[in-house]
Amino acid sequence: MASPARITPAERASVAGRIVLAAGGGYGVAALATAFLSLVLPLARAEAVAAATLLSFAVMAGIVVLVFALRTLLRATVAVAGLAGLLGLGLWLAMRGLAP
Amino acid sequence: MKGSFRQSMAWLHTWSGLIVGWVLFAIFVTGTASYYRPDITRWMRPELTRAEPMDAPALGAAAERAVAYLQEHAPQARSWFIALPQPDKPVLDLFWRTRPGEPPRQAMLDPRTGAEAAVRGTRGGDFLYRFHFELHMPPLWGRWIVGICAMIMLVALISGIVTHKRIFADFFTFRRDKAPRRSWLDAHNVTGVLALPFHLMITYTGIMTLALMYMPWGVTTAYRGDNQAFFAEAGLVTTPRPPANRPAALTPVGPIVERALATMPETLERLSVVNPGDANATVVAVFEEPHGLSHQHPQIAFDGVSGETLEILGGGLKPAAKTFTVMTGLHEAHFAGTALRLLFFLCGLMGCAMVATGIVLWSLARLPKANERAFFGLRLVQALNIGSIAGLPAAVAVFFLANRLLPADLAGRAEWEIDAFFGAWIVAALVPLVRPQRRAWCEGLAAVSLLCLAVVAADILTIPGHPLRLTGGGDPLFAWFDAAMLLLAGLFALAARKVLRYEAPRKESQRERSARPEPAASPVSPTRAPVRQTEPTHA
Repeated sequence: MASPARITPAERASVAGRIVLAAGGGYGVAALATAFLSLVLPLARAEAVAAATLLSFAVMAGIVVLVFALRTLLRATVAVAGLAGLLGLGLWLAMRGLAP
Repeated sequence: MKGSFRQSMAWLHTWSGLIVGWVLFAIFVTGTASYYRPDITRWMRPELTRAEPMDAPALGAAAERAVAYLQEHAPQARSWFIALPQPDKPVLDLFWRTRPGEPPRQAMLDPRTGAEAAVRGTRGGDFLYRFHFELHMPPLWGRWIVGICAMIMLVALISGIVTHKRIFADFFTFRRDKAPRRSWLDAHNVTGVLALPFHLMITYTGIMTLALMYMPWGVTTAYRGDNQAFFAEAGLVTTPRPPANRPAALTPVGPIVERALATMPETLERLSVVNPGDANATVVAVFEEPHGLSHQHPQIAFDGVSGETLEILGGGLKPAAKTFTVMTGLHEAHFAGTALRLLFFLCGLMGCAMVATGIVLWSLARLPKANERAFFGLRLVQALNIGSIAGLPAAVAVFFLANRLLPADLAGRAEWEIDAFFGAWIVAALVPLVRPQRRAWCEGLAAVSLLCLAVVAADILTIPGHPLRLTGGGDPLFAWFDAAMLLLAGLFALAARKVLRYEAPRKESQRERSARPEPAASPVSPTRAPVRQTEPTHA
């Protein structure tokens, strides 16, 4: 790693942003994915919930790695927001389908 | 991130590891000890000697005595939990909570008389077990903190794997005689990689044991947040019955126990009585898990007023629910026999070592040069390292010691033991702040060694039935426990000796610099071969 003297404020902000995005975005996407899959997996209701919950933290770990791996914070934000948007839309549709 | 994928993962590994390292160390140590939780509890309650298994009528009568005690002492409680006597633990262990939010109450009865058993007050191994996931904090706070640390551990593991270009070669690499930092790094790699499947398994399954608390959203959408409905539909618990709010006398539980024993081949572990005194009272008989990986107790629900059988749950779970119980089972390793349990225990110790070497490595990678003063963060990390790596084992040893030395009839004895644990830990964490760093390491490790020896001495001196005092008699448990303590004493003494004889790192880094004049190879450079300079890791 670079020695402490070479870290610029911009880099610090970028790291702080990634931490916030990884924690908040990672949990958010995992939560949306769990809620969405619990409703749409073609299994008995209890099985769908169990399967979705089993997967949830693997999803979150994947998002955290993604956030720290992408080249810029902007790209990472777009990727996470895009995923969250898609899952949110899916969840909304699935919930409308449940309560007509 | 700047640089390659691997570099950003190295950065992530270093900092995520440091931030939660001390908490993770505590979780690993107490969790590893929890593989022997029943044995530790038994050791801490030496008054209880092994008994012959009881037959069905005797168990039924014992359960009746427990209910009589609870009807007198806890008539208002919403549920009673009655652990039935087992050969290892020949008492009735009662547990109830009067109102939500109030601390639970507990009592131990002699199963043959129904009187309170003469057992010293102690939390036993349960203290270490609960500390493992609640850190002795309010449960909600403790569980969230442990969960967040576990999640960061998962991220540190994944990024650590990515950081390893040569994960296979490193498996066989241990450069003992090279620079100290290099051997610390190798030790970190060996303990991390050797037990990697275990670490990944234990971290993910650990999160899964509390997954419905951390990730309730599936239940929120599919069950409107009703956990009990989900558990019942998945076949994990018997269907809950709400109170009818009409009083009715509880049916005698003796015949229920006898019928339960006649229905299931497994050992009957405990009874839960839900809504006692209500017309909708339910008695659930919970059995030991059958042989296998899955953590699922067979259960039979009885109507608490008529005594009719309501529901029998015994296996037959669907795949996802089964996976859930297998994950919990894997984490808790109830299925493991002696040898496999020892292997899990050793893997747990390797986890402790992986975390410990990791946090030490962070401070070694930032040692000041000869003419610099250590910056505040480094000194803080160094002191916290000693305070956890030597301090926590010292605190556990003091906890055991307090169990043997505190008077058996002391009021609030169980709390005194816990106070002794935290008192010792606080002292062990504060002393390194005012001692020179190497001295503090040496003293801390030596203190743990002496405390372990003191535990053995106190055990032999205070237990009249100790196998070393009776020729050819006594419970071998005490001998095994003391042997483990002696082994730990030896390990910590060895570590203290190593630190004492170890060349000062400052001198070492100077030597390294004079041997390798190029500036990039100064002590903040990568720790492996010079070829790796373009991709520094772990620093």
